[in-house]
Amino acid sequence: MRGNHLRKTLLTALLLAPATLWMVVFLVLPFVAIAVFSVGERAPEGGYQAAFTLAQYANLPARATAFWNTMVLAPAGALACLLVAYPVAYYLALRAPERWRLILLALVVIPFWTSLLMRTYAWMYVLGGRGIPALLAYVGIEDIRLINTPGAVLLGIVYGYLPLMILPIYVSLERLDRRLLEASADLGATPVATFLGVTLRLSLPGVMTGFSLVMILLLGEYLIPTLLGGGKVFFIGNALVDLFLQSRNWPFGSAIAITLVLVSVVVLIAANRISTRLSGARRVDLI
Amino acid sequence: MRAFVVAVFAFLYLPIGLVVLFSFNAGRHASEFTGFSVQWYGKALSNPFLVEALKNSLFIATTSALLAALCGTAAALGLQRVGARTRAVFDGLLGAAIVVPGVVIGISTLVALVQLFGVLNPFLASLWPSDQPPRLALGYGSIIAAHGLFSMALVAMIVGTRLGSLDRNLVEASSDLYATPLTTFRSIVLPQIMPAVIAGFLLAFTFSFDDFIVAFFVAGAQTTLPIYVFASIRRGVTPEINAIATIVLVASVLLVVLAQWQLRQRKPSH
Repeated sequence: MRGNHLRKTLLTALLLAPATLWMVVFLVLPFVAIAVFSVGERAPEGGYQAAFTLAQYANLPARATAFWNTMVLAPAGALACLLVAYPVAYYLALRAPERWRLILLALVVIPFWTSLLMRTYAWMYVLGGRGIPALLAYVGIEDIRLINTPGAVLLGIVYGYLPLMILPIYVSLERLDRRLLEASADLGATPVATFLGVTLRLSLPGVMTGFSLVMILLLGEYLIPTLLGGGKVFFIGNALVDLFLQSRNWPFGSAIAITLVLVSVVVLIAANRISTRLSGARRVDLI
Repeated sequence: MRAFVVAVFAFLYLPIGLVVLFSFNAGRHASEFTGFSVQWYGKALSNPFLVEALKNSLFIATTSALLAALCGTAAALGLQRVGARTRAVFDGLLGAAIVVPGVVIGISTLVALVQLFGVLNPFLASLWPSDQPPRLALGYGSIIAAHGLFSMALVAMIVGTRLGSLDRNLVEASSDLYATPLTTFRSIVLPQIMPAVIAGFLLAFTFSFDDFIVAFFVAGAQTTLPIYVFASIRRGVTPEINAIATIVLVASVLLVVLAQWQLRQRKPSH
């Protein structure tokens, strides 16, 4: 009996060992490494020198523009995404004909799994000098600049992250008990009141999941501002690439990365709090 | 609302459609379509740097996805057998591996590996009998490892979800009928989770094949297809890039559709 128990424990350990090893070596350890680097100093030739100082963190304002751009465009982008995504998710979950639903859902998922680089490139192509501006020139509107503007970055953000916003909202709307909508209407609520009081309220966990996911990924975005912002609209991601691959100031870069992670954690916790509060503490999670 | 939804789908697919359309353009410019031609595909596929990058990407994606499918599935099975606390810690790590932005995964892996190699290389050299000891460096291995992290977590989650909905009665019935645990696993559990494993593999492959930012940091001297394409884009937009983009998009779409189809399969075929 005891041998049996031991064998079971051993098998469990063996099953979990590879993934545990991977997560320790390639997730936990790297994280500890940048945490250590972030309190270190830059060596004269551009490497790392052991130290214990908060100088790197004190230096964060040196990259204030990158932080400012990210902190403005990431929430703005997530909000724009949400405004476009909600009606789509609503239609898919509650209005779309049954036989179309899965196909439409697949059409939302597919772009999410295709290369963000290629999809951003598509907009470079559309917004670039030989795309829409050239078409506008044909009809007499000259000198329109679309690419390399904050607007182009925002557009790229909505385009890139729309599927990630639609999916969680769709899931929360799809789980919605339709009888609640009927009950609300039977009790004399107007469609608007039903939407605000029932539908929107019950889909808030999905909204917050989508919003925080998109926001967190945007905090680390590099490709969209680089390709559509053309070096004029740079994000924290651009500062990190510069500090790690070009100017080689690893300790300062690590401090920025740690700050980025901390901001992400705050966003996650806040989103979680808000969604529990708004949807009511009595919400029963079915899954 | 229908009109809005139609507009959003157009917004999602029109730019991609334009890229595909202009990959068949005979001329160079995006403003005018001057005739059908596949010359840019020929140009792309006869570019040795590009073919090299494509081969690298295929190798890295296959290896990391295989690794992820094996270790991720094992982890999902193991997680069924542990207590709530261990499970919560593990789930937290898996969630972190998926949610932490690629740029942070990239730099932290870079920093950790460079430090690790700095310690290991002199050590290896001191042990090695001959004059030319192997030197650990960034390259295939580090990209596969970093992609493996995200992919493993992804597979563990997909397979875990499938395991959660597995019919326990079948497992009990099987052992009541004196099947050994191994037989039960092979004939009951494995066929039921196989679609999830395959879907996980395909999505992991797609992720690795498409990833730019993680590979950008840990690639060392290697080039993957997205890194090559990124460098070319910065030099300027050409129909040759459209041709590569079209090939990559078509490949990803096929893989994702296949993965979705696998996930929808309720019952194994036998």
